[in-house]
Amino acid sequence: MPAATETREAVEKLGQSTYKWGFETDIEMDLAPKGLNEEIIRLISSRKEEPEWMLEWRLAAFRTWQSMEDPKWAKVSYPPIDYQDVHYYAAPRTKPGPKSLDEVDPALLKTYEKLGIPLHEQALLAGVEPAEGERLPVAVDAVFDSVSVATTFRKTLAEAGVIFCPISEAVREHPELVRRYLGTVVPAGDNFFAALNSAVFTDGSFVYVPKGVRCPMELSTYFRINARNTGQFERTLIVVEEGASVSYLEGCTAPMRDENQLHAAVVELVAMDDASIKYSTVQNWYPGDEEGRGGIYNFVTKRGACRGARSKISWTQVETGSAITWKYPSCILQGEGSVGEFYSVAVTNNCQQADTGTKMIHLGRNTRSTIIAKTISAGRSDSTYRGLVRVQPKASGARNFTQCDSLLIGDRCGAHTVPYIECRNMAARVEHEATTSKISEDQLFYCRQRGLSEEDAVGLIVNGFCRDVLKELPMEFAVEAQKLLQISLEGSVG
Amino acid sequence: MSQFLEISGLNARIDADGQEKQILRGVDLSIPPGEVHVIMGPNGSGKSTLSYVLAGREDYEVTSGSVLFQGQDLLAMEPEERAAAGLFLAFQSPVELPGVNNANFLRTAVNAVRRARGQEELDAVAFLKLAREAAKTLSMAPDMLKRNVNVGFSGGEKKRNEVLQMTLLQPTFAILDETDSGLDVDALRVVAEGVNRLRAPTFSALVITHHQKLLDYLVPDRIHVMAKGRIILSGGPELARQIDQEGYTKFLSEAA
Ligand SMILES: Nc1ncnc2c1ncn2[C@@H]1O[C@H](COP(=O)(O)OP(=O)(O)OP(=O)(O)O)[C@@H](O)[C@H]1O
Ligand SMILES: [Mg+2]
Repeated sequence: MPAATETREAVEKLGQSTYKWGFETDIEMDLAPKGLNEEIIRLISSRKEEPEWMLEWRLAAFRTWQSMEDPKWAKVSYPPIDYQDVHYYAAPRTKPGPKSLDEVDPALLKTYEKLGIPLHEQALLAGVEPAEGERLPVAVDAVFDSVSVATTFRKTLAEAGVIFCPISEAVREHPELVRRYLGTVVPAGDNFFAALNSAVFTDGSFVYVPKGVRCPMELSTYFRINARNTGQFERTLIVVEEGASVSYLEGCTAPMRDENQLHAAVVELVAMDDASIKYSTVQNWYPGDEEGRGGIYNFVTKRGACRGARSKISWTQVETGSAITWKYPSCILQGEGSVGEFYSVAVTNNCQQADTGTKMIHLGRNTRSTIIAKTISAGRSDSTYRGLVRVQPKASGARNFTQCDSLLIGDRCGAHTVPYIECRNMAARVEHEATTSKISEDQLFYCRQRGLSEEDAVGLIVNGFCRDVLKELPMEFAVEAQKLLQISLEGSVG
Repeated sequence: MSQFLEISGLNARIDADGQEKQILRGVDLSIPPGEVHVIMGPNGSGKSTLSYVLAGREDYEVTSGSVLFQGQDLLAMEPEERAAAGLFLAFQSPVELPGVNNANFLRTAVNAVRRARGQEELDAVAFLKLAREAAKTLSMAPDMLKRNVNVGFSGGEKKRNEVLQMTLLQPTFAILDETDSGLDVDALRVVAEGVNRLRAPTFSALVITHHQKLLDYLVPDRIHVMAKGRIILSGGPELARQIDQEGYTKFLSEAA
């Protein structure tokens, strides 16, 4: 049997069994009744002990949302979503906002342990101090369904002046900061899902790095959807002041369920003069089974504003999960000489659909952007890169380079590239390159002759294909991402 | 004692654009342990095809015949099983693997084979030490290990890289498909030394070549001439010299 056929067939065998994060945590939950109305929004707001302005903001967003419709332009298809059939709030039944890890339900800690997430800072700290240049500790915020259950290393960060806390806490503790920036990058009425999120967002992370501070460690948030029929609507806001910098990573998993679950997040980044934000995502939501049953609908709005001169925002994403991904991390390049980057690997298998890409909006002079998008499709999946590069009249000297590469495994999957280029300044330079390839029989055979299984060969070739993107990930997560790539294509052979 | 490698009545074809094309037409060939055999023959006679079929390339369909390798049915094995069993093929045209680091590729291969052979895997440090030494004996620039597999390598560098892989994988049976083509004289000697270092009573090789030069360094045990998908003639080392001087025409017409 030719290797291509075998590869294809084996990819198709890939089912639930390969999703290793599909377990469920049995835990007592505080669950809001299903449905979405003002009552529910008031309930969420009161559970979070929010100030009045926050509630008003939510209610305004809700009214906007009611007048909007699902976007239809993306190359994805799914049955209409019944927004009244979803729980908008689900929280483990412990006191909100545990003060220390000791107060966190042990079952929860176990879940995170299973996921391999280092929540136990004590354990980390008890160990030998990492030598110079060695693996640094990572501060983690863990969000379980609708609430943040633990944030580590807060003291160390506070000493540096960095605020890293659940956003619900920030609303209470740092209202002036949240009010100044929330919704300024992604306005509540920006799009259907952003409006929905603004109305019902439950938790997520807030990061504030003051002037001149280099955040002393990687920050990361792990999101876990556990409860049945719940949506997750997290909201992340990262503000980095003049000359400051931060590297932030988010990861996410969910149990295997037959029904689809909705995840509609909003992420806003703000970078002032000479500030830099590196935002990395390893997205591993449950993708559904091989027939396309279940899986997460991942409808996400991520946008960064390079407000200051020479500021830089870099998005790196490795997207392997979700039944449907709808996601376009973008940069508004306002500050003179600001830089936007987008590095993406999107893997789809079985019946997964992904429509993802970026928007680079050049407003300021001499702004630069780089887009490297790698798309890998297998099984019957369908993947689209959709990217917009817009150069406004004032953006003299703006430059963009875009490279989109697609790799197909088998002959029943699809890959599409949809670049939109709008250049309104003659002195700007925009370059676009695109390639489509297949893993060749020659490459597979060469590897197998050297003793590699077909599966390892595919993993190696795919990792090679994604190298330009993977090397942008923080070291700690690059290895994780490589394994994930291999696992999501597991059974692609043999 | 059974032969080390025994090919009998091997027929293989390929489906080229919907047309069945018979390439191997009854290949008979035996190689005893410890010997180096050579296959010569005109372009297109099926030499590379034979090497691919032995290594397990699936595009070629074996329609009849058998291959016994150390008593095992070679044709029933997957390519990676053949590699683990000790078979190595130095490709006539080594394949490029963009983005795949050469050292990483080599280590993955070596460890896959070691695992299958029940040997302990090598950690990165131990492996790099070994690889650097091997690269040095093959007079390869140290940066070759850091580059992507065969990407941007010159013709000669690719061939050396094949020999490097062979050295590290420690095969018991190596097929070298025109590994000498396109090499300068020094490289030729380096390649020959690479093979000679492996020579042992338990190691055999099948060397495909068009030139006598390599054989000066290798000292083969037997020469076979392939034409139109069959071995038409076999002889001692002098046969290669004769072909080098007189060409194939005489032998082909005699065999016809
Ligand atoms: N994949 C293929 N598709 C079509 N024809 C093929 C294929 N592979 C081999 N052939 C044909 O089979 C014949 C034998 O090819 P092969 O590469 O084995 O020859 P060779 O003896 O190695 O030649 P050379 O000395 O030029 O390397 C040639 O006519 C070749 O065109
Ligand atoms: Mg050949």
